[in-house]
Order: sequence, then C-alpha cells, then structure tokens
Amino acid sequence: MSKVEFNKENGPREVFCGLTSIVWLHRRMPDAFFLVVGSRTCAHLIQSAAGVMIFAEPRFGTAILEEKDLAGLADAHEELYRVVNDLIARRPEIKTLFLVGSCPSEVIKLDLATVAEKLNKRFLGQVRFVNYSGSGIETTFTQGEDGALKALIPLMESSNEEKLLLVGTLANNVEDRFKKIFRNLGISNIESFPPRQSTELPKIGKNTKVLLTQPYLSDTVRDLKHRGCEIISAPFPLGIEGSAKWFLAAAKAFKINELKVHEIISPLIKRAKLALDSHKEILKGKRLFLLPESQLEISLARFLHNECEMDLIEVGTPYLNKDLMKEEINLLPDNTKIVEGQHVEKQLDRVRESSPDLVVCGMGLANPLEAEGISTKWSIEMVFSPIHGIDQAADLAGLFSKPLKRNQILTSKTLVTH
Amino acid sequence: MELTLWTYEGPPHVGAMRIASSMKDIHYVLHAPQGDTYADLLFTMIERRGQRPPVTYTTFQARDLGGDTAELVKKNIKEAVERFKPKTLLVGESCTAELIQDQPGALAKGMGFDMPIVNLELPAYSKKENWGASETFYQLTRTLLKEKVSSSDKINPLRWRELGRRPKVNILGPSLLGFRCRDDVIEIQRILSEQGIDTNVVAPLGASPDDIERLIDAEINICLYQEIAEASCEWLKRNFGMEYTNTIPIGIKNTIEFIHEVHEKLDLPLTNKEELENKSKLPWYSKSVDSNYLTGKRVFIFGDGTHAIAASKIAKEELGFEVVGLGTYSREMARQVRATAKDLNVEALITNNYLEVEDAMKKAAPELVLGTQMERHSAKRLGIPCSVISTPMHVQDVPARYSPQMGWEGANVIFDDWVHPLMMGLEEHLIDMFKHDFEFVDGHQSHLGHTAANTNKILNSDEKKEKNSKEGIIWTESGRAELTKVPFFVRGKVKTNTEKYAILRGIPEISDETLYDAKAYFG
Repeated sequence: MSKVEFNKENGPREVFCGLTSIVWLHRRMPDAFFLVVGSRTCAHLIQSAAGVMIFAEPRFGTAILEEKDLAGLADAHEELYRVVNDLIARRPEIKTLFLVGSCPSEVIKLDLATVAEKLNKRFLGQVRFVNYSGSGIETTFTQGEDGALKALIPLMESSNEEKLLLVGTLANNVEDRFKKIFRNLGISNIESFPPRQSTELPKIGKNTKVLLTQPYLSDTVRDLKHRGCEIISAPFPLGIEGSAKWFLAAAKAFKINELKVHEIISPLIKRAKLALDSHKEILKGKRLFLLPESQLEISLARFLHNECEMDLIEVGTPYLNKDLMKEEINLLPDNTKIVEGQHVEKQLDRVRESSPDLVVCGMGLANPLEAEGISTKWSIEMVFSPIHGIDQAADLAGLFSKPLKRNQILTSKTLVTH
Repeated sequence: MELTLWTYEGPPHVGAMRIASSMKDIHYVLHAPQGDTYADLLFTMIERRGQRPPVTYTTFQARDLGGDTAELVKKNIKEAVERFKPKTLLVGESCTAELIQDQPGALAKGMGFDMPIVNLELPAYSKKENWGASETFYQLTRTLLKEKVSSSDKINPLRWRELGRRPKVNILGPSLLGFRCRDDVIEIQRILSEQGIDTNVVAPLGASPDDIERLIDAEINICLYQEIAEASCEWLKRNFGMEYTNTIPIGIKNTIEFIHEVHEKLDLPLTNKEELENKSKLPWYSKSVDSNYLTGKRVFIFGDGTHAIAASKIAKEELGFEVVGLGTYSREMARQVRATAKDLNVEALITNNYLEVEDAMKKAAPELVLGTQMERHSAKRLGIPCSVISTPMHVQDVPARYSPQMGWEGANVIFDDWVHPLMMGLEEHLIDMFKHDFEFVDGHQSHLGHTAANTNKILNSDEKKEKNSKEGIIWTESGRAELTKVPFFVRGKVKTNTEKYAILRGIPEISDETLYDAKAYFG
C-alpha cells in the first residue's frame, strides 16, 4: 500500500442520504417500485434530487407518516398495509416493491422486515416485497444502492454454474459494451446485478465470480461472500488504467491469458488515450479538491492524477472501506490526503486556504463556491452519467475539463451574485 | 399515512430556511440528520444563490441516538455562533429530531448567549412549508419586538402628517423561493414611491434583525403574500395597532384597488386616479383586435392561494377568458379559493395530489393551463399550452430579466406570459381555415414549438375504456368521423358531453346527428 495519509473528521455534513439512490435504481429496474416509509422531508428530498426527472407517475413514492401514525406502531403497520394495497391496486404492473426505511421510520422502530414478510404472504405470486434502510442516520447517498442490493440477495437462487457477475448499477450502454468485451475475451456467461428487470435476478453460488463496477457496495459484497461467491479484487473501471486492470483481474479469475486481454483492449486504450489528450491538456497541473459524497472520490482522484496529471489536494469520502478500496489506494500517489467523514465548515476553510483549481462537491455547495471564484463540478453527475470503461475515459475527463474550459472563456473570476 | 408521489410543498423547516436565507445576520441551527442538507440545493440551484443558506445541520447519526444527542446540539450551536456571529439565532428541528425530543431551542437558551434566540417548534407531521415560513417569520417578529409592545402607543396611521414627512410602509412577505418576489418588491416600491409613499422595511427578503426592530417606524404594513406574512401582520396590528392591506396587487384591477386601499389606510388623497388605468399596456393589448381571439378561451388555474385567486380575476375580468377550473394546494387559503370559485361557477379543487389536478385538468378540457411547474408537466403530457404562475418552480421560473407579477409591469409580463403559449389570433384563424387541407397536422398549436399530444391516441385509448363501460355506448362511423372534425382542444369536452347526452336520452349509438343534438342541448 502506498504511503497514503488517512484522516477522519466529524461534524456537520453536506451530503445526501441513501434515499437519493432511488433516483437511479428505479430507472435501472422499471418493474420495481420504491416506497419510502418516511416524512414529507423524504418525499421532498427525492423529488428535489430527481430534479426534472418527473414522470407521469413515478415508480417511487413516500408513505408519509402523520401524527396519528406516531401514536401507535400497530396502527402504523395497518396504515402501511392500506397504502400498499392501494398502490398495488393502482399499479398492477409492479413486480417488486422495496419498502425503504428512513430516518423517522428507523427512530420510531417501524419494523419493515415484518411488514414485508406479511405482505409477501398476502401477495404471494404477484408482488415480492423486500426492505432496506436508506435513512440518513445510517447511510450516505450511494450506500442506498448497497442496501437495496443486499436486500435482494436472499431472493437469489443458488447455482454452481460458473459465471461472471457484474455488481453495481451501470448505464445500459456501458453494460452492453462491457459484456461485448468480456465475450471477446472468452467469458460468455455474464450477468448483472441489479438486473434490468427486478424479477430476473441472477443465480449465485461458489462458481460465481463477482466483479464490482461501483466502489460503494460493502454490505452487498459481504453477503455475496457468505453465499460462496468469489470476489475479484480489482480497482474500479473508471478511466483507462482502472478499466484495464479491472478487465485483467477478471480475465485472471477465469484463467484467460493476459496477452489475449492486451490484444483485445490495446486498440481501445490507444483510441481512448487519443481522446483523452485534449482534456489532459486542460487538466494537467491543476489542483483538485474532492469533497465527500458518492464514495467514487478515491477512484476519481486516481484517474485524474494518474491519467490527467492533476495534483490532489484532498480526497474526501463519506465512508472508507480500506479492504474494498485496497487496489485503488495502491494506485494513488504517495502522501495523498484522504479524509473520511466531514466537518463541512472546516473542510471549506481548507478549500479556501488551498485555492484549488477545481472542487468536486454537492449541488448545495457548487454555486456558492463558484461565487467565490472557485470552479466546481457537481458530484451527483458522476452517478447519472455513463462514465465507466475505457471508451468513456475521455467523457469522464470531460466532466472535469469543462468547468475549467469555461473559465478560460469567461474572464471575470468573482461576480456579484443576486 | 398518506401515499405521496410528489408534493407541492416541502416540510415546515424548509419554510423556516426560506426565512433565514432571505435575511441577513441570521443563523439557523437545525437539529437534523445529514440527508436534510438536500434543502440547500433548492436555494443554490433553483434560485442560483451565490451564498449557502445560513444553516448548520447537527448531523446526528444512528450511533449518536443511544448517547447524548443534546450535547451534539450544544456543540453545533456553539460552533455556529462562534463562526457566523449572527445577530439573531433560530433553533429548531426537522422531522426526525422532533421524535427524539432534545428540545434544541431550550438548550440554546440555556447557553448564556446575549443575542435573541428564536425557538422554532414546527410540527413536521402535520404542517407544511408555507406554514413553517409564516410561523418562523411570525416568531422572529414577535421575539424581536415583544419588549416594545407595552412601551409603545398604538400607531396612528395618520401620524406622518404631524411628523411632517411622507408616509412610510413596510412590505412584508417576499422571500426566497417565492414566485418572482425579487421583482415584485421593486415594482411595488416604485408604485408606492410614485404615490408619495416611502418604504420603511422590506422583510424577510433582504432584512436584518435590526430592520425587524424598525418595523414599528412605519405607519402601516403591506401584506404582499398572505401565505408568509398574514400572521405577522395580524400580530403587529394587535400589539401596535398597525393596519395592513388585504389586496394583492396582481392584475390591473387589483393594483388599482391596492393603491386605493393604501391611500385610504393612510388618509392620503389619491390625486392621479385617472392616470392609473393607463399605467400598464395590458388593458389596451387586451382590447386590441388581435386579442378578440382570446375571448372565451377556456383556462384552468391551480397554484398557491395568492396567485391562483389573482389569476382567476385577471383571466375573467382583464383578458375575457372563461375560467373552467380553479384550485390550490394552500389549505390555509382554501376558504378564499372556494369563495372565488363559487363566484366563477366552478368547484374549487383543494388538494396536494398532482394526479387529482391532472384529472381535473383533463376533464375541464382547457385551452390554457396556469399552474405550478407540475401543471406544466401535466399540461405538456396533455398537449395543452401552459404558463407558470406559482411555486413550486423550476430554475427557469427565476428569470434573469425583470419580470414581476405585481403592479403595472407585472400585468405586462402576465399578458405576454399567458398569451404567448397560445396561438396568435391571426394564426389561429388561418389554422381554422386550412385545417382540412392535407398539410395540416392535427394538434398544430403555434410557431413557438409546443409539442401537441396525439389527440387521436387519447381518443383511441379512451374508446377502449368506453367499450368496457357499463353504459355500453357505441360510437358509430359517422359519429366518430364528426368528432375528428372538432378542434382537438375541445374534442375531449365534446366527447364527454355527447356521451352524457346519449346516456340522458337513452341513445345506445352515437351518430353525427347525436353530436349536433348534444351540441344544441348543452348550448
């Protein structure tokens, strides 16, 4: 492991809670519905984070707790059955219903597991119910996906068939690219988790080789291990380097000759490097500060330093699983400062003191930093854009070069905001 | 428990944030978990604010719950006060903290600070955003002025004469995330100034705690948005005798009435009565030949109470539209909206469920929808032109240009914003003339590029349902052909009416003749 500096920080935070991941999960599995059991705040949070993505009738909603629900838990359970009945009557196409716990439901100890169990009996053969917590007292942003996937594992049947299982939500086009490349490598049995339909869950067992596409799936990985799956140790497929090592690690697990991998990915790498050059020109030597939010920060820092030659000031992450991030941390330059957790005020003091060229942060902080003359990139875009893989490396770099490019065009640094 | 897919209003503490963020020298310590920080982006993204909302979130986690969350609250309060040095501190809790009952307000008051502390108790499981904003503004006003209550005489609205100066008023209610508040304030100040009236304080937008303490230097209050300011205005009236205005100056008639009301309350002679009629272009634009095509246009209105009521008056009396639906999500203003709807012979829709609004919209078959950003989405799906008149809003509802809703310029803006989504007069005439030509695309709306819904598709899907209906009404070939000749924007209405007529008369099959019979029957 390289000599990386680890720090922990506590205090007021500026991050999303796990409920936010519903925004991409419901798009990944169009036959599922995510029912948050929470407050008006939860409903408002999801619709605000989802922004313009409002559908005729979204496949997510909130059972909003009211005063009378807080009085007695038994009644709250009955109320929830009523809401679920109404919902299923209205949306008969729902195949899987996620009951998603929130801060208030966790605090009043609403037992969603028992509710899910009862509902499973009542709607046997029609709808499956699973539960997990996306609450902000336990989860940050992408950890919501970890919870949702973990909740699905008990529903996955066992099989000893050898297969490659890609774990973590990917954009569909990126997923298709990856599968094509793996087939070219000679791995034919490839499945994804989460699947594109909630009912098409992959079967797993001791010959399932798990390759993570996202770095925020600690709990899911643990449960997959318990089911006998082999976890392939690799960096994450962000950037050329990460993706190449990711393919190599998978090939090694399937005993595919390394030369064959190079033969297949070399032209892709050559092409990607060419595309990356124009972004590198802009990013080279620029100083980067990453605020914690998505847990993608360490992989992004590795890509932006190793391939785009940016200098890393600080790499924030809401949560650090050193074991899962081992391969990534090994690729970071010496003396990289990683900060787990957040004290947003102190961190912003450090941002101002270090005068970075670019700050990766949440939407609540972006405009205020821009107003101070500090360029930003919103981190939420990383979870909505197809950024994985060799082919996407230039697009990924483009997300960071664009704000800097704009700076070159627009000259005034600090503006009066209204 | 209430199933909610989308909500018009956020929780009450977001209302409190709107007041805190609107003001200067205030800080709000909110006992809340990390996820609640999402609310910051409403201000920084929708309003494009260049400053973070002045809010510290205590960020308690599950592991803190067994321990001492009260200590965490105190630590955050202490840090926030040291760092931000506010002149007044707001302390409150969000939905989750309400359940753990740490009473952060009481904790703050016991910490020995000199500054005024406002303890906000906003019940998250029964109240919503606008109520929270109103309550926060009221509690803040009360806290900062309560010591002056006994020592002050009631304010005589005519005292400006004795004092030998122009009358002074406060403008209360404008806040961040309100609809066009920034520009309404400028417009109203300009109008008052022209009438010889000075603005003492605008609050909460841009005000500091010192300004709140100065509120009683004015003679009367202008209650610009009832949702936010009525409770404070009422308290100031009760305790200081300050009168406040009831007319919301949106539209020409209301603006003129508002000016009358202000003059009456101040006993200030109104010397330019005739001039007022011509301050805005709306009356003439509305009377010009082209606008004859606006007469009788069917309009559906839904929004907050203030804007929905004002819009219905403008629509009916100043543009000559027919109001075919009126509703609000502001339960606090339901009574007023119901009364307004009754005068318009429509049934008021009071709901927080956007799907109910969409259904009502579909049934009313309007030619124009005036609503929130959600009605814009719904109207788009139905292929109906829409203009946004109320929060909740989108980043594009915070335009760079000056575009108030109130006063003279507000009326100009409203004329443009409501009429542009519609077809221009001559254009509509031509389309009507040429609609049977093969080049004509069904659902063509205007040069402005609205995508019309495929009305045939709607018709077909409705028909499928119809065949299964227990009335068992059948549309014959001739009836169906005639129906397609009806302009798309009233087709839904004609279809419903004809079926209603058929049921009434016990006609099993609808032919072209039935269509005309029904048309004559309903007039």
